[in-house]
Amino acid sequence: MSKAITKNKIQKSRQDKIFDFIIYAVAVLLIVITVYPMYFIVIASISNPTDVSSGNILFWPKGINMRGYEQLLNYQQLWTGYKNTIIYTVLGTCANLVVNISASYALSRKNLVGKKLITFFYLIPMFFGGGLIPTYLIVRNFHLLDTRWVMILPFSVITYYIIVGRTFFSNNIPDDLWEAAQIDGCGNLNFFFKIVLPLSKAVIAVIALWSAVGHWNSYFNALIYLRDEMLQPLQIVLRNILINNQTASMMMTGTAATEARQAAELIKYGAIVVSSAPIMCMYPFVQKYFNQGVMIGAVKG
Amino acid sequence: MSKRNAVSKKGNIWHRVYSDRALYLLLLPSFIIMFIFTYLPMYGVVIAFKDFTPAKGIMGSSWAGFKYFKQYFNSFQFWPTIKNTLLLSIYSIVVTFPLPIVLALICNQMRTGKFKKVFQVSTYLPHFISTVVMCGMIILFLSPSSGVIAKLLSLIGIQMPNVMGSAGAFPSVYVWTEVWQHLGWDSILYIAALAAIDPSLYEAATMDGASKWQKMLKIDIPLLMPTATVMFILRMGSVMNVGFEKVYLLQNNLNTASSEIISTYVYKMGLVSSQYSLSSAIGLFNNLINLILLVTVNYISKKMSDTSLV
Repeated sequence: MSKAITKNKIQKSRQDKIFDFIIYAVAVLLIVITVYPMYFIVIASISNPTDVSSGNILFWPKGINMRGYEQLLNYQQLWTGYKNTIIYTVLGTCANLVVNISASYALSRKNLVGKKLITFFYLIPMFFGGGLIPTYLIVRNFHLLDTRWVMILPFSVITYYIIVGRTFFSNNIPDDLWEAAQIDGCGNLNFFFKIVLPLSKAVIAVIALWSAVGHWNSYFNALIYLRDEMLQPLQIVLRNILINNQTASMMMTGTAATEARQAAELIKYGAIVVSSAPIMCMYPFVQKYFNQGVMIGAVKG
Repeated sequence: MSKRNAVSKKGNIWHRVYSDRALYLLLLPSFIIMFIFTYLPMYGVVIAFKDFTPAKGIMGSSWAGFKYFKQYFNSFQFWPTIKNTLLLSIYSIVVTFPLPIVLALICNQMRTGKFKKVFQVSTYLPHFISTVVMCGMIILFLSPSSGVIAKLLSLIGIQMPNVMGSAGAFPSVYVWTEVWQHLGWDSILYIAALAAIDPSLYEAATMDGASKWQKMLKIDIPLLMPTATVMFILRMGSVMNVGFEKVYLLQNNLNTASSEIISTYVYKMGLVSSQYSLSSAIGLFNNLINLILLVTVNYISKKMSDTSLV
């Protein structure tokens, strides 16, 4: 009897070992598949372009040089785009924070008259909207086309952020706190700025990070609402380089065609690194905030 | 506070509104912005039923009834755009909905430690690559002449086909690159749900001699179902919302037979050829289908499993 049980146990634990092995093997494979493309971009951007396009570069960089990056330094549009994106990201994130955090605090208060109706007002756009052209026409009527404002203000209200903020406030700011503050003669605004906000650094960080990443990577609004080259954000410049092959056709004059194509590819790899590095390098340090945010947001809205 | 609640009958509402006026002030900025840039366009959608010309404005243009809807339904692009949108969307749901759950189950089996951390950080990382860079990478990697995938394949003697130039391959390129980019990120929610499972369940199962595989099958998966259902409903509500950005960037003359979807068509009709009314009509049609799908799926799910959004 006891022999049978131990035999069974051994069998089980062997099964578990095989199971563990499969789990870890799959995990290693997934890490390789995810990391390799990003790693390749980096090594290709510093390698000899002829080696890259002939396939000699697969795992290690060869003929390390900075020519691609040197050419990027002279690529004025990219730096204009960089500057614009920084402006849009900083101001846009501020706008998102002010607008969404304040709304979500007000909506988190239990006794607010008309709370249901107002919440509904913010929820409807998640399910229905006017669509591209009607929105475009409104933006045009307000003379926001081809201005920096269009990248910052009109689309700064994001229902999802409001829900996340509201959930955070109603779970973390107890009613007693407000009642106590009230007895001490503290008004709503004072309470919000002096007590609620200092207690809510976590949710502020989460929304700030989401907004910043969103603005940094945003491309659609610029495509629709901006024509002026001096206002274009980084992502539009990147589209010109990566998708529309602007650099290749620029360099086609003079140098031999293959060489020009190789140089253009080098620029592409470099541009990807230069534009993605800020977010990628920041990410591992702020990962915990992102994760927290997903958890807060997961609570039924 | 309690005193106020005790007498909070009708006459008191205005008093409460007045005493909370600061809260309404906090709501004001978002309210105004949302009203102007989200609600006014909802009204602006009437141009779908009008012969809109910019000179006459939304009010001044004359009514056209369902003219533009009919024009779209009868156009040669009607079925292709519907078909492509649905195909891309259903293909992505079938693939990108279950895989994050699988990833979460795998992640949950790993012992907490450095390796698990590396695994999580590296699978989340691609989520932060912008759509433009992602599409640039796809085009670079899939190039049959100089792409790295072609080189890797040639090591084992396989000739790389011109994937980006083939309409048939477009949906797969779209969906599987989506998996690469968002798989890890989409699994966070499920990982959190798994972490919240009561450990005593596992202990009891171990006492009964369950293997790890059995525990995963009998504990993890059933307990993930409510979360999965809610995510599924949300996902169904956007069946017709295939991301414009990525499809538009990956589109070229060779694959347009399967890459012209409703949103890219709306963009081209509206902002490239300035057919405002037609474009609005198509957009409205798309939105209505989404809304109907969301309501239907929510209703079915409510009937079947008591899990629903509202």
